[in-house]
Amino acid sequence: MRFATETGIVFAREVRPNLRNPAGIVFGMAQPVVFLVLFGSLLSGISWGGDGAAWQWFVPGMLIMLGLGGTVSAGYMLMTEMTGGSLDRMLVTPVSRSAMLVGRTAKEVVLLVAQSVLIVLVVLPLGFELHLVGALVALLLLAVIGVGLGAFSCALAVLARKQESLFYLVQQTLVFPLLMLSGVLLPLDGAPAWMRALSRVNPLTYVVEAERALFAGQLSGTAVLHGVLSAVAFAVAGVLVGARAMRFTGD
Amino acid sequence: MIHTRGLTRHFKVKRRIVEAVRGLDLDVGKGELVAFLGPNGAGKSTSLRMLTTLLRPTSGEARIAGHDVRADPAAVRRRIGYVGQGNGAGHYFRVRDELVTQGRCYGFGAAESRRRADELLGTMELEDLADRDAGSLSGGQRRRLDIALGLVHQPDLLFLDEPSSGLDPQNRANLWEHVLRLRDRFGTTVFLTTHYLEEADTKAERVVVIDHGRVIADGTAERLKADLAGDHLVVRTDNPARAARIADRIPLVRDVVTDGDALRLRVPDGAAALPVLLRALDAATVDVWTAEVLRPTLDDVFLALTGRSLREAEGVPA
Repeated sequence: MRFATETGIVFAREVRPNLRNPAGIVFGMAQPVVFLVLFGSLLSGISWGGDGAAWQWFVPGMLIMLGLGGTVSAGYMLMTEMTGGSLDRMLVTPVSRSAMLVGRTAKEVVLLVAQSVLIVLVVLPLGFELHLVGALVALLLLAVIGVGLGAFSCALAVLARKQESLFYLVQQTLVFPLLMLSGVLLPLDGAPAWMRALSRVNPLTYVVEAERALFAGQLSGTAVLHGVLSAVAFAVAGVLVGARAMRFTGD
Repeated sequence: MIHTRGLTRHFKVKRRIVEAVRGLDLDVGKGELVAFLGPNGAGKSTSLRMLTTLLRPTSGEARIAGHDVRADPAAVRRRIGYVGQGNGAGHYFRVRDELVTQGRCYGFGAAESRRRADELLGTMELEDLADRDAGSLSGGQRRRLDIALGLVHQPDLLFLDEPSSGLDPQNRANLWEHVLRLRDRFGTTVFLTTHYLEEADTKAERVVVIDHGRVIADGTAERLKADLAGDHLVVRTDNPARAARIADRIPLVRDVVTDGDALRLRVPDGAAALPVLLRALDAATVDVWTAEVLRPTLDDVFLALTGRSLREAEGVPA
């Protein structure tokens, strides 16, 4: 119970600046939306069979991409506060380290889900077919993977200590291959065998596939099952690693 | 309130072990106001970070407000307040929001947290800034906010890491007024680090001098100055070289130097030594224009202990 209260306090602190400046949330997603509209329209030009097919394939991947870009800012914010001194101030309060981690990550996840809803709304008039229950489950799955991404990002921030450049270097080095190897942007069907092998050990691959299935209205099947399993495993691992890392923040 | 034995912290920097704090033994009782004085890199902040549970000691032990920093850090955190060297408030957060959050972090309800926040906004003269982002405040304003954040839960023991650095004299005076009032009202124990000599000298009841990670002196400022430094006599004369030779023959006189037309020397008791010196110079027909007794500063204490002045020690990195 105390953990929930503390997480709530941290979450409320983190989310308040966003609530005070809602325009920021919209601007935060401007880039992915522009990207989505341009790239998606490009894909629609190629023959995909059917009007909304390109969107149906592309939007779920786009949300994962948004998740990768957005939740990792949990780590960036943590690093800023580590350097500035406000994290120290929080660390000396009785609030537990894991509540700080989860509260921070939860804020990024809530933003992610809000932005995802907006994106879905944007593509609806473009021919995106909405299966409500599937979409809701897909958003939930997105939130789970977001927790994992945010927590890993926080762990990275702690490990990089106060070296911002190192944080970015590692992050960028990891994010891009993760993205390419999950089939977010382009299908991996035609990729060389080694790439396909790598994509099979990338947990995001399964989540992307599950997202596509869910947004297409399939609520069961191996794709969804594998996606849920890898998202949950990823999130649990992330929180464990992140909580462990948080204990070293003062060092 | 603070008891440490052999508290030690090593850092690994580029494969070399840096001993930031070496075997700190410290006892601070309830209600004391103690200044931790030393040059930058002496180990003040590292010590403070260990005492406030931010940093785990390499070895040794520390009990804060009755709780062990390693075995029960959560209990320590509930009892202490900490104002670090950095900015306590996040850049993108509003002033009042941060104060309210701080109250919530210490377990107060929303209404009580708001009440405490508003009260502190008043005492620290931050009311007009309550709705601004902390990042938009000036250095002095931010420092006041930092202090306010450390006081929200009225801790039994307050740690302040260089609280007055970056404050102008007016704000520094306000800060001290507030800290002293808190102490009078609640009997708060205050432990602060500083490299402002005059702050340690005039405000703290007890000064602990640290250098190279070790305590090298501990006592009231008066005691340390009398025991370790002694008074300065400065005499301006027509013949400082001759005056120096005469002064050298007087018992208990040390560190005789000349500087232009001035003769400087050190004695344990300046008031008693001045007439002796003047009589001796008069007898030797040396003309004395002015004579004064200078009370020692803590810098003199540091100099006597380490052979370096605190100010020059500042330039030397850890």
